[in-house]
Amino acid sequence: MVLQSSLKNCLQLSCVLRTPKAGFRSTTSGSLIIQSTSNDVYQNLAVEDWIHDHMNLENRRVLFLWRNSPAVVIGRHQNPWQECNLRLLRQKNIKLARRRSGGGTVYHDLGNINLTFFTSRKKYERMENLKLVVKALKALRPQLDVHVTDRYDILLDRHYKISGTAAKLGRTSAYHHCTLLCNADKFVLSSALKSPYKGLKSNATPSVPASVKNLFEEDPSLTCEMLLDAIAEEYATQHQTDQHITLINPADETVLPGINNKTKELQTWEWVYGKTPKFSISTCFNMVYKDSVLDVKVDMDVKHGRIEVCNIDLPEQWLPPALSSELVKSLTGSKFCPNETTALATTLLRVCPQDEELQSRWNVLCENMTMLM
Amino acid sequence: VCIHRVRSCSGIRFIKSKYVCVFDKSALKFSHQQRLFRTSAVSCGQIVQFKLSDIGEGITEVTVKEWYIKEGDSVSQFDSICEVQSDKASVTITSRYDGIIRKLHYNLDEIAYVGKPLVDIEIDASKGVSPEEDVVETPPMSHEEHTHQEIKGHKTLATPAVRRLAMENNIKLSEVVGTGKDNRILKEDILNYLAKQTGAILPPSPKAEIIPPLPKSETVPAAPKDRARKIPVPVSRPIVFSGKDKTEPVTGFHKAMVKTMSAALKIPHFGYCDEIDLTQLVQLREDLKPLAQVRGVKLSFMPFFIKAASLGLLQYPILNASLDESCQNVTYKASHNIGVAMDTEQGLIVPNVKNVQVCSVFEIASELNRLQSLGSAGQLGTNDLTGGTFTLSNIGTIGGTYAKPVILPPEVAIGALGKIQVLPRFNEKGEVFKAQIMNVSWSADHRIIDGATMARFSNLWKSYLENPASMLLDLK
Repeated sequence: MVLQSSLKNCLQLSCVLRTPKAGFRSTTSGSLIIQSTSNDVYQNLAVEDWIHDHMNLENRRVLFLWRNSPAVVIGRHQNPWQECNLRLLRQKNIKLARRRSGGGTVYHDLGNINLTFFTSRKKYERMENLKLVVKALKALRPQLDVHVTDRYDILLDRHYKISGTAAKLGRTSAYHHCTLLCNADKFVLSSALKSPYKGLKSNATPSVPASVKNLFEEDPSLTCEMLLDAIAEEYATQHQTDQHITLINPADETVLPGINNKTKELQTWEWVYGKTPKFSISTCFNMVYKDSVLDVKVDMDVKHGRIEVCNIDLPEQWLPPALSSELVKSLTGSKFCPNETTALATTLLRVCPQDEELQSRWNVLCENMTMLM
Repeated sequence: VCIHRVRSCSGIRFIKSKYVCVFDKSALKFSHQQRLFRTSAVSCGQIVQFKLSDIGEGITEVTVKEWYIKEGDSVSQFDSICEVQSDKASVTITSRYDGIIRKLHYNLDEIAYVGKPLVDIEIDASKGVSPEEDVVETPPMSHEEHTHQEIKGHKTLATPAVRRLAMENNIKLSEVVGTGKDNRILKEDILNYLAKQTGAILPPSPKAEIIPPLPKSETVPAAPKDRARKIPVPVSRPIVFSGKDKTEPVTGFHKAMVKTMSAALKIPHFGYCDEIDLTQLVQLREDLKPLAQVRGVKLSFMPFFIKAASLGLLQYPILNASLDESCQNVTYKASHNIGVAMDTEQGLIVPNVKNVQVCSVFEIASELNRLQSLGSAGQLGTNDLTGGTFTLSNIGTIGGTYAKPVILPPEVAIGALGKIQVLPRFNEKGEVFKAQIMNVSWSADHRIIDGATMARFSNLWKSYLENPASMLLDLK
């Protein structure tokens, strides 16, 4: 408790000392507009956590502006296997992050801007924030047909989603963040957010797919910078504060003590995958081996991202029963992860009978299993 | 308002508190004794129903998504109890009380209602609970100020942790002198009070410092209360460490390694070590690095080590063989699929370069680059990780000189390469020169490989590397 207050003082003090541009005067009240200098989704999410945990928002508001290099961000209680094409993400080096707020899955790239509105818990009000954004857009381009729906989306031309919302409420503070599509890659967006995994059953929060459009398509003169400036200006006007944007470096421990630990935590497998609510997979696939096609049925229960129960139904005697039960035993308790599965399967192969035919069957089966992950 | 009084028949109930661990044993012992007296006099805890507070925006129901506690756990005020979700908002519900969780009113994914009980918490009767009201937000600073007792209209300030400590030691806060801000009672004050009462040796408060023996020329004005500075005699006080052991199951890849390594140790290993003078190779690599760079390949020493090993295996094929389980047959493998031990996030992974016997040094380098980038991305495939016939482990990149590598079944030999050190050596003229020395430690399966074979292979490998030009004669 004593530590918390000193941290709160720390940010206020360090803000005054370290702001590159001079001019930030008020220390405990008023509004603050900050922008991240980083495009790393984990670092930026960590900044949100830091402000939520350490900043005294009783008498002040903060607007945080950020953009990320390609990443898919899932909601707190979602299932990444259900929400996106993990294989494609790995191939294209698109990061996967799980945020702490609720809601659905979104795709971020540098053509998308993120806005986080921090307030005290009492002043949490999403509609107001979104109306502010719409007002800013209309001030910038009066001809834009944009409005806020009662599901807290912003629609363009009454039909296309250009912004999605999520929120996190804590004991004393809260934040509401939303995206805004300016010039994102719609092709990558739709392929990344299309899950190829079949037979999943889970109580995880599902996303509601929507048709999206970039503001850039409506008006090619628009850029992300223009949108950020317009929104900052509207925020400053509405909250009677300086339209002065303070730059924040999410790797700076002196301004944000403890931030690097938060960033690391957001990147751990236990957080990104391990926090997936319990789910089950019941599926069958065709396994091509030499010149035959075999039917394989797989049933698995996955809890905390690990295989709790595993059952593989193979054609009779295709693999000696000792070998298939060895595979099932090894998979049980293992991470539901293609890398882990490949590593364990190839390692186990060393102590299997050195029969080429047997080994190649084992390899084909394991490769097919990893396709489920 | 529902408050249940629970009568407990049994004797001592130990209320766990994370604050208790911080005390030293003497204080703990004492509080145990105190507790014996206390429980008989004071009535036991009351169950309070902690209701789900208002979420805002007129929301009346939420879904429970995760419990952070289970029945029987003890919680402190402001600990997180659960995570609920409503319409894209994720809310962390924190406890209003210190106590023990007695009942969870909802299972995961059930709908919870605002204003209805969420959990039942058993708290101490002596604390007194104000009539149930929805916990809305409390201003961040005030949680430190809690009225405990009002004696003559004087409010005693103390944090919940301090109040618990006082309660467990049967101390009236009004009798303790507070040395904190606004006469706030701090933990040290309670401990000091206890010390005076019991004469127990308590650890010095964190603020006190061990004064190093300094010459008395300068008097440093420290805490105003200290006068004659004496060097404290180290008192053997019990060192308190509140860490706990953590047990987790061995699963997945690690479980597979347990199996493989157990099988490996059944192989009778013998070791053979030697020292290689890489001075010429270091120079050669420096010359070739830019050429490889132009072709987009990073050239390390490994491609040379790997190629030289393959040339050696051509002369001593028994080292590239495999013994069957019954030890009846030896299979001489035609391909030299040389494995390279790689340290990844998961642990030790051994991808291999296929058919080194028909690859050029450059091709090997290029293939190594591919395997290394896949390895660090965690995307190595089955084909890259199986089929190895011989392994080299470049542990020297991390450090070390000699090693005792373990053979990876079904192989029969392995080499561990230490780090390259600059050491003085004598040349033929008897002069001392600067040499780049690396140690190699081989292990081989003594059932089919004898020392002489290993030594000759090692000498051949060594000669190729000490005089790289000689590789040209035997390159295919």
